[in-house]
Amino acid sequence: MSDTPAAPQLDVKRWWPAPMLPESDGRQLTLLFVLVVLCMLASLSVIGALAAGRAAQGWKAQLVGSATVVVRATDKESADAAAARAAETLAGVKGVTEARALERDKAEALVKPFLGPDPLPPDLPVPRLVAVELDKKAPAGAAALQAALKAAGVDATVDDHSLWTRQIMSAGALADWVATGLFAMIVAAAAALIAFATRQGLATRQELVTVLHLAGATDAFIARQFQARFARMAFFAGFWGGTLAAVGAAALKLYDRGQTIAALLPLEWTDLFAPLPCPFTAALIAAVAARLTAEGALRRMT
Amino acid sequence: MSRNPDTSQAEGALQSAETAPVVAFEGVSMRYGREPEVLKDVGFSLPRGSFHFLMGASGSGKSTLLKLIYLAEQASRGRVELFGRDVAQVKPKDRPFLRRRIGVVFQEFRLLEHLSAFDNAALALRVLGQKPTSYRQDVAELLSWVGLSHRMHAMPQALSGGEKQRLAIARAVIHRPDILLADEPTGNVDFAMSLRILRLFSELNRMGATVLIASHDEEMVARSGKPVLHLENGRLTRYEGVSRSGSTPPPAPEAEADEEAGL
Ligand SMILES: Nc1ncnc2c1ncn2[C@@H]1O[C@H](COP(=O)(O)OP(=O)(O)O)[C@@H](O)[C@H]1O
Ligand SMILES: [Mg+2]
Repeated sequence: MSDTPAAPQLDVKRWWPAPMLPESDGRQLTLLFVLVVLCMLASLSVIGALAAGRAAQGWKAQLVGSATVVVRATDKESADAAAARAAETLAGVKGVTEARALERDKAEALVKPFLGPDPLPPDLPVPRLVAVELDKKAPAGAAALQAALKAAGVDATVDDHSLWTRQIMSAGALADWVATGLFAMIVAAAAALIAFATRQGLATRQELVTVLHLAGATDAFIARQFQARFARMAFFAGFWGGTLAAVGAAALKLYDRGQTIAALLPLEWTDLFAPLPCPFTAALIAAVAARLTAEGALRRMT
Repeated sequence: MSRNPDTSQAEGALQSAETAPVVAFEGVSMRYGREPEVLKDVGFSLPRGSFHFLMGASGSGKSTLLKLIYLAEQASRGRVELFGRDVAQVKPKDRPFLRRRIGVVFQEFRLLEHLSAFDNAALALRVLGQKPTSYRQDVAELLSWVGLSHRMHAMPQALSGGEKQRLAIARAVIHRPDILLADEPTGNVDFAMSLRILRLFSELNRMGATVLIASHDEEMVARSGKPVLHLENGRLTRYEGVSRSGSTPPPAPEAEADEEAGL
């Protein structure tokens, strides 16, 4: 085997063409840094939007899944008796899984903040509460509950939390809009930055551009060099920006241990994978921005 | 001369289609911005496969004339034709395809400093989208032909003036252009090398390239025996010599009318 003379070494790297654009210099490092930061912010905005969406969904599920009925005493019936009857009636309504009359002290606890800490006079007509658990899939509407109670002759008011649900949903939608807006602004900033860098690159590489033109290069060919350069850089920045965002979110989750922040932004471990497409998205945005800018600028050059 | 005028006209049309001059200038003037004219009413044509020298003192407009041919500048007045097409009518997006048929050795070389000698020489092929595997052999061969086989992977900064010049020449001819323009291509090399370069140009010329070389190397020009275009203060003053291949160079501008009348 060792008889055969060694094949002449071919140094592939030496023969492989160097990039048409000179390798990056100091200025590119600044650009890279800003791109990493932008990618990190974009990733965080996505992670934040996911968590905020989950929070809104969670709150909504809690509210939609239940209703509260306030039952008042009538001439014929004590509050307790009315509440018991209301619970019975409501339990039979379609879309209700459970209806339970709360004890007097529960009701008192609810009115206490308004009436002060002193014991309430026992004859005070404190209304009773009936907590209703609704079928999550097909919850009974407030109107249906009200109608059932009226038919049973109970003086009661149904609160299906729809006011709160609406507010939470609109807050959730607002959060979505804010996150989308932030994301769009970060994308626009990144694209503008790449456009700026491309224009800068074309200006400082005037001689290279001229020589390429004279060698018969099309504008598209020259633009492709910039496109490839910035797409590669953005991919790299997207990788590190996304990684930093994921690591940051993980650190937050671990440090917080599901306490304070978790209530507002319930992060899941799966959210940390949201930055996975970041390198590709960043590369795509950079490619498009560089290509369009370069082609526009070159058209004006000759 | 006694031919039927119809026939000669038909022949003339045929001739213009197939053997239209590769380069034709008609009343061309050129000025940079608001400066005075650098070229004044220049007219000449280079038939396909011809070999000319362009001579003239420094500042007489040689480089400017070449720039008009390789589409780096546009004439302020007059008409420049390449391959029978008026260059003023060529759309910007078609210019690259015209330029690919032209090889240029720039007076100041214009090598790309971040590319090796090999990559510089391969430039015109890379611009065409050719792959390294397909051009490697050709480029290596050409570089050894100009005596740079040992410098293939050197960066331009590391090359001597003569080496840069030879590299610039290699880069200009690698894609076998139809027109080869060289601006003082033997300014930085010794006599032996300048003869070698001249031989390369003649070789390309024999393969069909139309060659125009700006030079003030009297000795080399005389030795070549090629026809000369003479520029003096932006005017074409003389048009001398007959190429050895026997193809008559186009008449000097002053003589053009007379000769045509003589036909
Ligand atoms: N880019 C330019 N801008 C302004 N003037 C120029 C430029 N290039 C050349 N010139 C002027 O045009 C004249 C002819 O120059 P050039 O064509 O380079 O002559 P040559 O090559 O024969 O030395 C000179 O007077 C020169 O100063
Ligand atoms: Mg010159």
